[in-house]
Amino acid sequence: MTDERDIGGPRQPLLQVRNLLKHFPLKGKGLPFASARSAVRAVDGVNFDILKGETLGVVGESGCGKSTTARVLMQLIQQDSGELVFDGETVGSRALPLRQFRRQTQMVFQDSYSSLNPRMTIEDSIAFAPTVHGVTSREANTRARDLLARVGLQPERFAGRYPHELSGGQRQRVNIARALALEPRLVILDEAVSALDKSVEAQVLNLLLDLKQEFGLTYLFISHDLNVVRFISDRVLVMYLGQVVEIGSSDQVFDQPKHPYTRALLKSMPSMDPLQRTMEAPLAGDPPNPINPPSGCRFHTRCAYAQPVCRQRAPMFANDDSGHGVACLRYEADTASLFASEVSYA
Amino acid sequence: MHDMISLRDLHVQFFASKKLIRAVNGVNLTVGQGEVVALIGESGSGKSVTLRSIMRLHSERSTRISGGLEVDGKDMLKMSQRELAAVRGDTVAMIFQEPLLALDPVYTVGAQIVEAIRRHKKVSKAEAHRQALSLFEKVRIPSPERRLDAYPHEMSGGMRQRAMIALALSCSPKVLLADEPTTALDATVQIQILLLLRDLQKELGLSIVFVTHDIGAAAEVADRIAVMYAGKIIEQGPAAELLTRPRHPYTLSLLKSRSHGAMQKGQRLETIGGAPPDLSNLPPGCAFAERCKYAVAECSGMQPREETLSPGHVVSCLRVHQIADAQAVN
Repeated sequence: MTDERDIGGPRQPLLQVRNLLKHFPLKGKGLPFASARSAVRAVDGVNFDILKGETLGVVGESGCGKSTTARVLMQLIQQDSGELVFDGETVGSRALPLRQFRRQTQMVFQDSYSSLNPRMTIEDSIAFAPTVHGVTSREANTRARDLLARVGLQPERFAGRYPHELSGGQRQRVNIARALALEPRLVILDEAVSALDKSVEAQVLNLLLDLKQEFGLTYLFISHDLNVVRFISDRVLVMYLGQVVEIGSSDQVFDQPKHPYTRALLKSMPSMDPLQRTMEAPLAGDPPNPINPPSGCRFHTRCAYAQPVCRQRAPMFANDDSGHGVACLRYEADTASLFASEVSYA
Repeated sequence: MHDMISLRDLHVQFFASKKLIRAVNGVNLTVGQGEVVALIGESGSGKSVTLRSIMRLHSERSTRISGGLEVDGKDMLKMSQRELAAVRGDTVAMIFQEPLLALDPVYTVGAQIVEAIRRHKKVSKAEAHRQALSLFEKVRIPSPERRLDAYPHEMSGGMRQRAMIALALSCSPKVLLADEPTTALDATVQIQILLLLRDLQKELGLSIVFVTHDIGAAAEVADRIAVMYAGKIIEQGPAAELLTRPRHPYTLSLLKSRSHGAMQKGQRLETIGGAPPDLSNLPPGCAFAERCKYAVAECSGMQPREETLSPGHVVSCLRVHQIADAQAVN
C-alpha cells in the first residue's frame, strides 16, 4: 500500500522510541507518606521500534509501565527525557509539530464507556476530531457514518444513539471508529479488548485484523492476555518494572523465550487441562514496587537463575542477529559463565 | 453424607424501574462435601447472582427468590435475618473479586479478622489474635505478624487477596464461595492464588463454588464445571469430561475459542454471532437458539429439558444427539 505520508520508505521504522524516561514524583501536599525525593519510576529508559505495518504486542504485569509508555507515545503526558521519532522526524520538532503527529497516531482505551462523551451521539463523537482538524462538519458526519458501517454498526440504527444505549462491545467498536476518523497510521490499543466477554472479544479482534488490512494500519497492542497477544502480534515486547526485558518475533518470544521473567510469565498461564495442572507457581510474590525498584537487574529478587552479580550490575539490552533482544546477564559474554546452564521452572 | 449446597429450580428476579429482570431461571446444582465446582459464563449469565443468592446477599426489597436453596442441609430461604447472620461466615464464607473494596479501609486487616472470629466464637482478644496469625501463616503471607497490623491499602493485590481468604476462613466454614477471586490479579499472582485455594481445599476439606469467566482458571481448580447462559446451567459435568467432550453448542463454541491452535495466526477467530438475550425479555424457548447454528424451529418454541448423558454430565439441549452425530462426521 502506498501512502503519500510515508516519508522514509518501508524499511524506516514508523516510530522509534529512544531512552524514554517518565518518573512521577511523590512529593507535595497530597501525599504525606512520601519522602521528598521518591518517585514512581514508571518508564525507566525504554528503547524500541515499531515497524511499518506490523502489530507490536506489549505484555507485562500491572505497574510495569506499559500504559504509561502508551500515554507518552500519544504525548498525553510529557516524558522527562528521551525522544520519539515518527517516520524519521522527531515528534514536536518543526518538521513534525505535535498536532500533526496526533493526527497520525490514535488510541483506543480499555474502558469503552468513560472514553466516550455521554452527552454526544456516537456519530458526533466520531465526527468531532476531524472537524477540529479542519474538515467541514457535513463531510465529517458522512465519514462518521461510513466508519460506523465499517465497524459493523449500521448507521441508520446506531448513528443517533448515546453511549449508554450501547453494549460494551458496540461501544468499543465506536471507539475504534473514532480512532480511525483521522486516518491515523499508528493505532495504540491499550487493553482495548480486555473488558469484553470472550465471544465479543473474538468479534472485535477479527474487526481489528480486517481494519488493519483495509487501512494499512500499524498497531501497538497492549494486553495482559498472552493468548490474545500471541494471536494478533507480529513482534512482542515484554516489560518489567519500567524496562524492556525482551523483544522478538511472536514465535521467538512464545516458543524460545530467553529472559527468565518471560519464561515464568508464560508458565503462569492456566493449563486448560485438569489432568495436567500446574503443580507449583513459577514465581513467588507480587511484582516489586516501581517506587523503589531492586538494584542491578530488577528481576533478581524473583529470578530462579539469579547470581550475586545480578544484584550489582544492570544488564544491557542486546539484540541477536535475528532481532531477538534480551536484557539478562546470562546472555552477556563476560558474565554468562557465572550461571548454571539451566534451571527448570516448575 | 448430605450435599453441602443444593439448589433446586432456583429462580432469582429483580425489580428494576418497572422491569422484571430474570437473572436466574431454574438452576439445579448440588455441591458435595469437599467438592470444587466452577460456575463459568459471560457477564450477565447469572453466575454471580446464583453465588450471591446462596448467602442471600441480595436486597430483600427488590429481589424475589424461589425454588429450593439449602446449605449444609438447612433451608436458607426460611431463615430470618438473625439466623442468616449466624450462618454467614460460620458455615458459608465468601471472597470477592476486589479485596480493596471488600475490606474495610479504616481498620487493619488483623483487626477485621479478630472481629470476625469474636463475632462467631467466644474467645479472648489475645486468642483471636493468635488464630488470626495462624491464618496468615496458612495463606502464606510472608512476615505475618507485621502484616496483621497493615491497612488494606498498604498491601499489594495478591497479598490483599490472601488476607481476604484468611478472613473468609477465620471461622472455619464448610463452604467457601469465591466470586472471580483471581480476575483482578496479574498472571503470575493469579496462579499462586489458584494453587493456594486448591491446597486449602484439600487441607481443610472445604466445598468451594468458584465463579469465573476464565475457563483456564476453572480447569486449574474445579472437580466439576457448570456452564451458565441467560440464567440457566446449560451444561455441567466432571471438569475433564466437560473440557474434552463438551456437548452443548454454547460450550462447544466457548471452548473452541480457547483451545490450542484455535488462535492461529493469520486466521480469523471463530465467533458466536449476536449477543446474549435481554434478561427482562427472554424468549419462550431455548435462550441460545437465536445464536445457535444447530437450532431448528422447535428450539425457539420450547424449553429444553435437562438430560443426563453420563454420570454427572447433564446437558439442556433439544438437539444434543444430532449435534454429536454432526461432530462425529466432521
